Amino acid sequence: MATVVDRAIAVEVGSGEAATGYWTGVARRLSRDPVAIGAGLVIVLIVLMAVFAPYIAPADPYRGVSLRRLRPIGTPGYPLGSDELGRDMLSRLIYGARLSLFMGVTPVFVAFFAGSSIGVFAGYIGGRTNTLIMRTIDVFYAFPSVLLAVALSGALGAGLGNAMLSLTVVFIPPIARVAEAVTTQVRSRDYVEAARASGAGALAIIRAHILGNVLGPIFVYATSLISVSMILASGLSFLGLGTRPPEPEWGLMLNTLRTAIYVQPWVAALPGAMIFITSISFNLLSDGLRSAMDVKQ
Amino acid sequence: MLSYLARRAVYTVPILIGVSLVCFALVHIAPGDPLVSVLPPDASADLQKMMLAIYGFDRPYAEQFAKWIWRALHGDLGSSIATGRPVAEEVLKAVGNTLRLAVVATFVGFLFGSLFGFVAGYFRDSWIDKLASALSVCGVSVPHYWLGMVLVIIFAAELGWLPPTGAGPGGSSEWEWDWDHLRHMVLPALTMSVIPMGIIARTVRALVADILAQEFIVGLRAKGLGDRGVFLHVVKNAAPTALAVMGLQLGYLLGGSILIETVFAWPGTGFLLNAAIFQRDLPLLQGTILVLALFFVLLNLAVDVVQTALDPRIERS
Repeated sequence: MATVVDRAIAVEVGSGEAATGYWTGVARRLSRDPVAIGAGLVIVLIVLMAVFAPYIAPADPYRGVSLRRLRPIGTPGYPLGSDELGRDMLSRLIYGARLSLFMGVTPVFVAFFAGSSIGVFAGYIGGRTNTLIMRTIDVFYAFPSVLLAVALSGALGAGLGNAMLSLTVVFIPPIARVAEAVTTQVRSRDYVEAARASGAGALAIIRAHILGNVLGPIFVYATSLISVSMILASGLSFLGLGTRPPEPEWGLMLNTLRTAIYVQPWVAALPGAMIFITSISFNLLSDGLRSAMDVKQ
Repeated sequence: MLSYLARRAVYTVPILIGVSLVCFALVHIAPGDPLVSVLPPDASADLQKMMLAIYGFDRPYAEQFAKWIWRALHGDLGSSIATGRPVAEEVLKAVGNTLRLAVVATFVGFLFGSLFGFVAGYFRDSWIDKLASALSVCGVSVPHYWLGMVLVIIFAAELGWLPPTGAGPGGSSEWEWDWDHLRHMVLPALTMSVIPMGIIARTVRALVADILAQEFIVGLRAKGLGDRGVFLHVVKNAAPTALAVMGLQLGYLLGGSILIETVFAWPGTGFLLNAAIFQRDLPLLQGTILVLALFFVLLNLAVDVVQTALDPRIERS
């Protein structure tokens, strides 16, 4: 995610004072949307938390003291309590941001490139090739996303890599579909026709006339998937299909703490709250981005 | 319209074939031997060969696929490697339990979702609209397995009002619509209903706002129709799309119930999938996913057909 956010910010800064630019308009509209700004700030904080985890975490997230298991929130030395192995919850939640963000954002990021390539190609080529590609995509669309993710990672076997691979496969079809739809629209515009008539090759047309017009909507759509991806990625870990213990990851922590809900219920619920905060922030930021970029879907 | 239906049905066939191909492939993308859970690690090469032949895993892929499809069409999904019981039997029993939960959850979600959506669409940009929109964003952003845990903490662990897990005294096979069983359903159904609630609220809000902005509403008001009459027109116009979204949500819930069923130990398809995955029982995994995906495809078809029948404005190409 870091790179994606950075790019959006770079665009805002780069377009400077040129009041007529599209991106300036987007940045201006976004800056007037307090909800999107708030959500963006929360995401920046969580990213900073993940990056600087070793400097801010008060304790070692892997080392537990078996005599101090399942301490309540507010115990001296354990501000957010301790888990079932006596590890500091606050530190594990901070470190957990690393894997949870990585697992949630990477599949959408990869699927964004793969899905847009497939979709733009199919949309630009048109005809039978398009039909063939899109009908194949439809097959994957015929699975509810949770089912497909569980089926693939279940068949491939538990593990971080397999879980992320499965999620990538889940997100490619919807992104490719959106990419194909917008490309088909843009392709029939007069300026594309004019470029073709003046002798431009397919690659040149795609680069100069298509990509600039389709990447925005695809990007906005992809950002709306990050929230789903965060929930699914942690969900796979929750099922035991993602990260392995003792790694700190919010979904896995939620799973191992399930047995503790009668002892320290609110400590056990904390990792899920982190997933919720992250996912809702991505959702709100994506909504803000959509209206700022005036993408209709 | 009949020709549309025929075309729509024909179009479903390649999808069905594709879906079964994916399900079939699941066994073969799995690393290692499909029989890893029945054979001891030190099994001799001969024994391994014999078992592969018994399950038919030694034949070419195309032949295996054709055979598998042929049997599946006759209701035979093979037998579970872990238990030896027929997969079809296990899956059907589990589907019943999941379907019951998903139908109730969809209904609850639709009821509250359309209520919120209607109110929000009618009083656009009022505080009610903002509240309803906030609730629907929460509904689609909340990790529902966590919501399930939180509800268990509140209503089972702290208050002791409802049971935390299970499907009631009848276990996985005997269900009655009595309080003893229903109280087991309250928490999982409520948890499950949150997603369709958020999505339906969003859809209905947009629909209602859209319809209210159209000229015929102004016309109706100008000819003196009261609020109730206008309301009925809005409902009639919004219903086909809202119902279609509801139908699709039912499909998503059926397929996506694994997380909620794991939290509540609900004996449905999700629970079955979980067992299949961790015992590496590939025929069971394959069969369950095939049944769920087929159900989803057919449900999509049914939704399309009903929507076309309900809404004469839809002219499909």
